[in-house]
Amino acid sequence: MRNTTTIALKEFKSYLASPMAYVVTGIFLVLTGFFFQSSPTTYSETSINGFLAYGSILLLLLASVLTMRLLAEEKKMGTLELLLTAPVRDSEVIMGKFLGSLGILTAMLALTFYYPILLMWFGDPDIGPIATGYLGLFLLGCTSLAVGLFASSLTSNQIVAVVIAGGILFALWFIGMADDLLPEALGEVTGYLSLSYHFPDFVRGVIDTRGIIYYLSITALFLFLAVRSLENSRWS
Amino acid sequence: MIQVKNLTKYYGKRLAVDNISFNVERGEIVGFLGPNAAGKTTTMRILTGFLAPTQGEVWVAGYNMSKHSLEARQRIGYFPEAMPLYTDMTVRSYLDFSSRLRGLDKNRVKTRIEEVVDICHLEEYIDVLIGKLSKGFRQRVGVAQAIIHEPEVLILDEPTIGIDPIQVAVTRQLIKELAKERTILISTHILPEVSVTCERVIIINEGRIVAEDRIENLSSLVSGSRRIRLEVEGPAEKVAERLRQIEGVLQVSYEDSHYIVECSAGQDPRGKIMVTMVQGGWTLLSLGSIEMSLEDIFLKLTTEEETSQ
Repeated sequence: MRNTTTIALKEFKSYLASPMAYVVTGIFLVLTGFFFQSSPTTYSETSINGFLAYGSILLLLLASVLTMRLLAEEKKMGTLELLLTAPVRDSEVIMGKFLGSLGILTAMLALTFYYPILLMWFGDPDIGPIATGYLGLFLLGCTSLAVGLFASSLTSNQIVAVVIAGGILFALWFIGMADDLLPEALGEVTGYLSLSYHFPDFVRGVIDTRGIIYYLSITALFLFLAVRSLENSRWS
Repeated sequence: MIQVKNLTKYYGKRLAVDNISFNVERGEIVGFLGPNAAGKTTTMRILTGFLAPTQGEVWVAGYNMSKHSLEARQRIGYFPEAMPLYTDMTVRSYLDFSSRLRGLDKNRVKTRIEEVVDICHLEEYIDVLIGKLSKGFRQRVGVAQAIIHEPEVLILDEPTIGIDPIQVAVTRQLIKELAKERTILISTHILPEVSVTCERVIIINEGRIVAEDRIENLSSLVSGSRRIRLEVEGPAEKVAERLRQIEGVLQVSYEDSHYIVECSAGQDPRGKIMVTMVQGGWTLLSLGSIEMSLEDIFLKLTTEEETSQ
């Protein structure tokens, strides 16, 4: 645990020291601000549904960008050699990096709290769906970071890493929309496996444990794959 | 302290290390010598647990690297080839990170950073970004991170490559001081390095150990001949002719107004040469045997290997 914390803190600080996190956060805030205003202005709703609907897709992309350097850069620079010869488990390296990037993502989400605060200032929004919406975004963010970290473990090229991560995430997001094309039983399975399938529940204010379990399992799966990929590099 | 047993490493189909075994005792400082691509770095990467061997086993400080990797790694300080560092961190924050990662006691971190900064002469640069440091200073940061957790074993992969001669001298001095309390394995392809810093050398070529001994014993290891150099006043043709007739002389050559006499193994015909010259009526100005330098030994061992294949 101590090693995980050490690595997580180091990653968090190096995000703050590089322009990447600020650029990503800036883009996220500008675009989601635009998405957010559509709900109260266009649809006269006191909700953050616009922010949630489009912000979720944006999150997939930005999480891939945030995580692309985590391992790919260390491979390219050669610093991975010192990290992997330190008395630290491969799983601690992965968890540390995951938590470091989750710290940035959480801070980024926290900065959007002013959307609901604006709503509360000028109206009387339903707090339930807002809270569950944020929970959904957070879980989706966890999954996206885990996928991004896994992609970063596969290559020493950050561009390749972000393309792989984006590819996996968008495939998992849109696979749910293919259910019309597939036989009903298969369509249900692919639907259930889709990142987008579980998200609307959270937006509606429903906490479905299946959704929570789904996002956490996909997160755990990709973190596990990242650990295996790291272990594998020792056998090259 | 370091035990290597029947170590073999393939990269795909390419054989990098071919069944090598060696030991390094506690407190020893051993040079790991070989031309480029001889398998030095691969061996060191296996010793530090960065790579897994295809076959064979490694023990460091009594811990088996494949079974008790964390315990073994905890006791190693490692300076990898080309010393990769996080360029976006300051020297202080990097050393802080390294010391925690390598398991230094939390309460010791601050004082230990001051100690290693002092040892490596980095005081003025402690709050500078590593990316802004020159190569020589990065090298010192590399040494600092290797010793920060007070490891029993130091594994240094070409620590003096690519830095200027003054920095090289500083680094060598540093290594010598460290050697007082630690076991050190240091790889290099620069020969003087070994004779300056090491007590013992292991010479590796094409993945195999071709020689292993104390430096002073190495010359006798090389199967081959003693060489004698002499200066004689007299007709060159005749002198060379007579020298060749002496028992135990294999070859005579003439360069820079000196005769170089190659003798067969175990022979020392210096007495006979002197008598012969006097008998010929020529004046013997100087006579001495040529010690084989480490370069000669190295060249001989590594090229012999090639010709025998």
